Amino acid sequence: MLAEARRGRLRPVSVELIGAACALSEEGAGPVTVALIGADAETHAAAVDVVGVEHVLVVPTPQPAFEAHVMQTAVAALIERRAPSLVLAGHTIDSLGFAPALAACGGHGFASDVTAIHWGEHGAVVQRGAYGDRLIAELDFPGRQTVVLLLRPGAFALAATDRASPGATVERIELDLAGCARTEHVELRDPPTGDVDIAKADFVLALGRGVGTAEQLERLERVADAIGATVAVSGPLVEAGWAERSRKVGQSGNTVAPRVYLAFGISGAAQHVAGMSRSRMIIAVNSDPGARIFDVAHYGAVADLFVIAAELERSFA
Amino acid sequence: MKILVPVKQVASLDGDFTLADDGELREGEPTWRLNEWDEFSLEAAVQLSEAADGEVVVVSVGPERVEEALRACLARGADRAIRVWGEGLAGAADPLSLASVLAAVARAEAPALILCGAQSADAAHAATGVALAGLLDLPRVAVVSAIERDGRHLTVQRELEGGAVEVLRIAPPCLLTVQTGINRPRQPTLRAIRQARMKPVAVAGPAELALEPAVVLAGAGSRTVGLRERPRSAGAKLLEGAPADVAARITEIVKESLAR
Repeated sequence: MLAEARRGRLRPVSVELIGAACALSEEGAGPVTVALIGADAETHAAAVDVVGVEHVLVVPTPQPAFEAHVMQTAVAALIERRAPSLVLAGHTIDSLGFAPALAACGGHGFASDVTAIHWGEHGAVVQRGAYGDRLIAELDFPGRQTVVLLLRPGAFALAATDRASPGATVERIELDLAGCARTEHVELRDPPTGDVDIAKADFVLALGRGVGTAEQLERLERVADAIGATVAVSGPLVEAGWAERSRKVGQSGNTVAPRVYLAFGISGAAQHVAGMSRSRMIIAVNSDPGARIFDVAHYGAVADLFVIAAELERSFA
Repeated sequence: MKILVPVKQVASLDGDFTLADDGELREGEPTWRLNEWDEFSLEAAVQLSEAADGEVVVVSVGPERVEEALRACLARGADRAIRVWGEGLAGAADPLSLASVLAAVARAEAPALILCGAQSADAAHAATGVALAGLLDLPRVAVVSAIERDGRHLTVQRELEGGAVEVLRIAPPCLLTVQTGINRPRQPTLRAIRQARMKPVAVAGPAELALEPAVVLAGAGSRTVGLRERPRSAGAKLLEGAPADVAARITEIVKESLAR
């Protein structure tokens, strides 16, 4: 499995990948090797050396920033050397830049946004959502020696990182990666700070497409104020120009895990759920009884969100 | 500058649909529409082309119904369209086999730039574009949220998790996969829709593209062994009653959860 780091920190999805890999190993998929690929790869070796991991490969890269073509070359070289049955990586923006090309060029099996994996007699069988998660597709990979899988962040249990077991062998692998980069990194820009850090909020009022108009969004912002919640939004509201990018929850926005996530008019697309599924209490209000958000919510109400919002203002007062 | 824009026509499952016992999707009367992401990649292509006197060629793999999606692209500013279909291609549905079909078109067209939607609304693999770049050995950037011409280069932005943005430069020929929200896709005027009827939609089969359908299908990255509705039982406890009662219960749950 491929660990992912950014700005010198291991990304949380990497810990989920280790968890998924160890579970597969217990089902008979073979030993777990963690590959750390990057200029600062060595610094994370201890962090991934947990119970269940047998080998850690450290592969230094010439440049500090992630580069999709360098990554593809490095992983292809590791597959060549180690012939793994499975290569696990996160379904992340970085992975999407190299993994499909890796699989297409190497003739490997491939599936992305995977939400469950089982190891059977004929190798891996995976599940993934389709049509905005309304359907579940089950895929297998007949005849593939190596299968590249991108796992949906938040869909797999975290590895027990507290059970450190300095038992894994750590091997440094020098690959000739000079000249592999085909894009030039200019800079990494921090997210616009905006007026608030929604990731730090205890009580989030998340607003989605169901809000309807910019004026109605403003009205709900006043409700949020009244009940002491921090406003977050789903992608479409940012795209419509109604809300700051800093307020966005989802795969390409913020990941939040507040004590309370009150979702109003949010359909619950996978992109959005990836950014909030670890919230401790999720309450959803949506007029569509078929909205996917009701699957991740603990409590739900099929109702007009504006009517409920007005009542909430009263009951909080 | 010639720009190739691969697009997909997707079924909207907003309405009713049924799954047969064999797991096949029975589309009663599905609404077919142009994949949302492709509206943005097309608009980006048309804008770049307008600024550089280029040509925008849209391509889609699929049966006759796909022509409607291609005409919609022509009405939004594409110059011509290619529909790829033929015996043996019906199973080419996964990203890797689709990429191998599109690669044959790209080799014939030799565009300076290929712009794909970052994903499709149906299967959402988010993989076809980057797989295509791999097969063509083209440099690429995935999930692009801004494109700017910069002499011979393109300066693009990649939107990362958490809202951070990477700025990077890439030189054509190259491929970008485009995120929604990168621009405001134009709505076609009636005049443009009429003109689109006059623009050419070529149909290319495996023979014209020197494609062996059996090889294309063998290149699939996976095999779908089942498709079913997602079980709904594990979901939310429903709060019912008058709005005031529902709100009171929500207030209670919120206050308890915050106090814990």
